[in-house]
Amino acid sequence: MKELMLTNEAVARGAYEAGVRVLSAYPGTPSTEIAESVAKYDEIYSEWAPNEKVAVEVAVGASVAGARAMACMKHVGLNVAADPLFTAAYTGINGGLVIVVADDPGMHSSQNEQDSRFYARSAHVPMLEPSDAQEAKDFVKIAFEMSEKYDTPVILRLTTRVAHSRSLVELCEREEVELRPYEKSVAKYAMMPANAIVRHRVVEERDSELAKNVNGMSINRAEYTSRSKIGVVCSGVVYEYVKEALPNANVFKIGTIHPIPLDAIKEFANKVSQLFVIEELEPFIEKQLKAAGIKCRGKDIFSLQGEISVAKILEKFERKEIPIPEKTAPRPPVMCAGCPHRGVFYVLNKLKLTVNGDIGCYTLGAQPPLSAVDTVLCMGGSVTMAHGFKKATDGKSNNIAVIGDSTFLHSGVTGLINAVYNQSGITLMILDNSTTGMTGHQNHPATGKNIKGEPAPVVLLDELCKACGVKDVRVVDAYDVSAVETAVKECIASDEVNVIIAQRPCALLDKSPKPKAVVKDCRKCGMCMKIGCPAIMKTPNGIVIDPNQCTGCGVCTQLCPFGCITIDKEGK
Amino acid sequence: MMNILIAGVGGQGTLLTSKVLGKYALLSGMDCKLSEVHGMSQRGGSVTTHVRIGEKIHSPVIWEGGADMIIAFETLEAIRVKHYLKEDGVLLVNDARILPMPCITGAVTYPEGLKERILKEYNRAYFVNAKEMAQQAGNEKATNVVMLGCLCRLFDFDKALMEEAITACVPERFKELNIKAFNIGYEKVK
Repeated sequence: MKELMLTNEAVARGAYEAGVRVLSAYPGTPSTEIAESVAKYDEIYSEWAPNEKVAVEVAVGASVAGARAMACMKHVGLNVAADPLFTAAYTGINGGLVIVVADDPGMHSSQNEQDSRFYARSAHVPMLEPSDAQEAKDFVKIAFEMSEKYDTPVILRLTTRVAHSRSLVELCEREEVELRPYEKSVAKYAMMPANAIVRHRVVEERDSELAKNVNGMSINRAEYTSRSKIGVVCSGVVYEYVKEALPNANVFKIGTIHPIPLDAIKEFANKVSQLFVIEELEPFIEKQLKAAGIKCRGKDIFSLQGEISVAKILEKFERKEIPIPEKTAPRPPVMCAGCPHRGVFYVLNKLKLTVNGDIGCYTLGAQPPLSAVDTVLCMGGSVTMAHGFKKATDGKSNNIAVIGDSTFLHSGVTGLINAVYNQSGITLMILDNSTTGMTGHQNHPATGKNIKGEPAPVVLLDELCKACGVKDVRVVDAYDVSAVETAVKECIASDEVNVIIAQRPCALLDKSPKPKAVVKDCRKCGMCMKIGCPAIMKTPNGIVIDPNQCTGCGVCTQLCPFGCITIDKEGK
Repeated sequence: MMNILIAGVGGQGTLLTSKVLGKYALLSGMDCKLSEVHGMSQRGGSVTTHVRIGEKIHSPVIWEGGADMIIAFETLEAIRVKHYLKEDGVLLVNDARILPMPCITGAVTYPEGLKERILKEYNRAYFVNAKEMAQQAGNEKATNVVMLGCLCRLFDFDKALMEEAITACVPERFKELNIKAFNIGYEKVK
């Protein structure tokens, strides 16, 4: 039976069919749906970990204990998990271990455009790259076989256009894989210099063996035609673009992006008149071919930035002009109506604070009219950058750190411990919307629910901050603009590290009908326009509030100096 | 081969529309690929989803100048993606105007006369008031399914099969509303 599946769902299906027993992940676009889909299979234990390092370590633990295990993340998540990855490459595995990483060329929903393929080379771990949903499922199974055959973790790499496309998948039954017995082996699993020196040798030997063997794997294949003499080397979604744009070209499709099948590509290169490498981001394949003495062209034609597309290939090879979009009014993403972050950013902007922001929906607080975010670096970077600001200015900088609840648990808490220990006197605002918002509402350790939505123990954010040594921890209602303002003013005036937890669930979580804001006798002062609420629109006769969008949060009612906006308690 | 680009504003139901078309392809035994974008752009920003149906589909993404049809749920969004249309392609636009935030704040003005310009530029451009028709069906959120009805008639897709695809993709309790909205859209196109 064939089903139309999101590639991320197909990866989950692959894990199911491959007999995976344990999955740990942290949400991140474009990888989130893998773990969400795995959670629907009761045969697999699945969990949201607080961060990607935890997820990979859990998966390594499950593997060493004998189970087939998986960890999933977005590209920047692999940076966080790089520490266990590099050493897991030394220890090898017991049960098969697959790490899924989803890159985001074009940065549809990311803060950078890094190319995770280099991790595979650098950590000496094989990496597979599928082109569509069916291949993704198949490659998961191949990855587990390779993992167990070569005693190594294997990375499965996706990109946004693969992860977030749907195509047909043939479903198979689950194959139960017995738990392998765990046998104590300090030399293999306890990495300290004496053991690691030996294991590093094993890693290099494995890499050489793999480099030879991948040439014979069927997922690396040459597709010859008699209609053209040029050859193109490609992988992942770019293979699909090449097949679409250049149906007559000879194509070498790489399935093992590390190690690449150099001998097989050499043979292919000898059979074509001119060789091209088409790949997104870095010249990862191209440079290896050139180093091996294979003449080819690649990044002299295509950009290092953004995505490859059918149109870009047609432009370069067929001289077809790419139709250009008309320049028109932009429509950037905005904070939703009723977003609990809105009032907070209004206050921070009003107080003219330097705001060290973080990764999440609240990054949108940087956009006008809120314009309240100065810096965004990485998960947890708000707290630590704020500390750096204070230290650089001898405590005089007028800055505040802002982070979400999930991001705080991911890697903000270590920064808070640092700020307390090294006494920078920062103020940290935790925007607690009781969910992981941007990625589509995943549970985390402070929501009281697990990945399946079942009740789970709750990490109390205020108690956690107090346990870190913060004496002044305040909880305010994020919708109460004056309470937020008072708390911020008092906290930034203090020399001690303090934390303000602004609470309100994400407006998208509760869709029950609520009383809406209504306008009467608008004086057109424009105060309510300062919060960038998509439900509020300016008309020649004053503002209008769209009842279909308004959630009745009441932030605008607190801003109107004439009391013209009220919540219609009688209405529905 | 049929390439359909769906453009709208986050929250307008572009994703459901593409899922229904994917299901339709599956039911009719065709190959199909869809491409969608999740995450940040969904928060009230411009959203596009790509639907490709045919014997054998490679790219999940439609390229500039490659769309047989564009369905736009909002007029400005039609302008934003019209360069994706093939020379003789069909442009089906919901006659609606949703102000982007920069227009709400007054940083940019929402361009005037878009509809007239599109109708002049494209021989096969159609504007429908899908919101009104959806309200007629009982809920303006069914705007996307009204548009599906129009598309079904314009492209002569199998109506019964499309209804089956809709039924498979929407929750049971919204089934009746959606089928009604679909039929209103279908009948509107002559």
